[in-house]
Amino acid sequence: MNLLFKISSYQLRDVIRSKWIFFYTILLMIISYSLISLTKEPAKILITMLNINLIIVPLISLIFGTIFLYNNKNNIIFLLSQPIKRNVLFLGLYIGLILPIILGFLLGVGIPILFYVKIFSNYAETIFLLLTTGIVLTIIFGGVAFYISISNEDRMKGLGISIIVWLFLSIFYDGLLLIIFQTFADYPLEKISAFLIMFNPIDLTRILVVINFDVSALMGYTGTVFKNFFGGNLGVLISALMLMFWSILPLYLGLRKFKAKDF
Amino acid sequence: MIKVTNLNKSFGSLEVLKKIDLEFVPGQITYIVGPNGSGKSTLIKIILGLVKSDSGDVWVGDYMLNGDCHYRDKIGYMPQSVSFPENLTVTEVFKMLKDLRNNKDDLDEYLIKELNLDKELNKRLGNLSGGTKQKVSAAITFLFNPSILILDEPTAGLDPVSSSILKDKIKKEKENGRTIILTSHILSELEELADNVVFILEGSIKFSGKINHLIEKTSSLNLERAMAALMNGQLI
Repeated sequence: MNLLFKISSYQLRDVIRSKWIFFYTILLMIISYSLISLTKEPAKILITMLNINLIIVPLISLIFGTIFLYNNKNNIIFLLSQPIKRNVLFLGLYIGLILPIILGFLLGVGIPILFYVKIFSNYAETIFLLLTTGIVLTIIFGGVAFYISISNEDRMKGLGISIIVWLFLSIFYDGLLLIIFQTFADYPLEKISAFLIMFNPIDLTRILVVINFDVSALMGYTGTVFKNFFGGNLGVLISALMLMFWSILPLYLGLRKFKAKDF
Repeated sequence: MIKVTNLNKSFGSLEVLKKIDLEFVPGQITYIVGPNGSGKSTLIKIILGLVKSDSGDVWVGDYMLNGDCHYRDKIGYMPQSVSFPENLTVTEVFKMLKDLRNNKDDLDEYLIKELNLDKELNKRLGNLSGGTKQKVSAAITFLFNPSILILDEPTAGLDPVSSSILKDKIKKEKENGRTIILTSHILSELEELADNVVFILEGSIKFSGKINHLIEKTSSLNLERAMAALMNGQLI
């Protein structure tokens, strides 16, 4: 435990000084600030921010995560030649990477909101949800990136797969479901659609928001479907459980590969 | 002391190491040589636990490798190409390793001074030249007074002065009774330092013994010709 803390703290110190984290924070700040400047309607601002985060956070986590492991390959080999257990090193690297990304996210989104805190005075819960979804998506897609990098020796291939995963989950998946539902509109598809949505963590986070706030129309097709099917607390519980599952699964699979890998 | 018995390793259908039996003795410098892709690095990586063997045993001291990691605190490893976290300073990297090894007292800082690393201590690794990174790597290898030293082409990126300092240090550590394994393509270095030579070709050991023994056995004029003879299939 102590060693895990030490490894992650040194990795964190390295990542936090990287210019990419700085750019990420600035990018989010610019987006958030622009949205606030454009309209002064807090509900709209927050939902738009959320929709943008659903696209940006997975992309950045996937790309940072993938590049981080490839760039650090020789460093990892060197650290593995020290008396350090593989699982401790793997988790140390993971924590050392995602904490700075989460911090960048919280600052990038949080500072503009704090700046205009008066407008958002009645929306504490939505802001909490906005920040939580960003954190959860970073945790999930950081893990997915680690799994992809560990599974592919070739850097370009790994990066390509990361981008395809992102495109598929953030854009194509929703469209694909829409096509399926429209084609088979005459059949009762609620159960199947709710089931299919579970396999996409981006849709799951979207649903968490939809269920909490009556904004289904703004949140894409899958949001509406899930809300109609589950509604209330059961939906929140199921999507939260599935998100926890998604947070652990890719990381666990990556760890298994890492432990067996020949470097 | 390191002992390797009946070691085999394949990557897919490619047999990289075949029935390797070797012993590395304290107080002696053993060079592992062979053409690129002969299996030298894989052998070293198996000893370090970076690559897992398919069969066979590796003993480091009285410990048989079984996936545990504690034995590596006896080993100082200098990889062929090393990279450290780019945004950490040299001091932070030293501190990190002291922290990770939980060793802050029993340190050998000779190379930090001799290789003039004092001036670089506050610079970030990402801003250092390849040669300076190599010096940092050399300093770390000896820092924790390891009883086993594994150096993979240690002098390749170093200037002649630093290279000489490092070679002198290696000789000194040999006198201190360390077990030392080196790889290199520089034959003059090998002639200067090696007590023993292990020649690997296509995953098999073709020769293991003293240099003069190798020259005699291949009826060659010098080490270079003896190596060429081995590569051409003599003694096989």
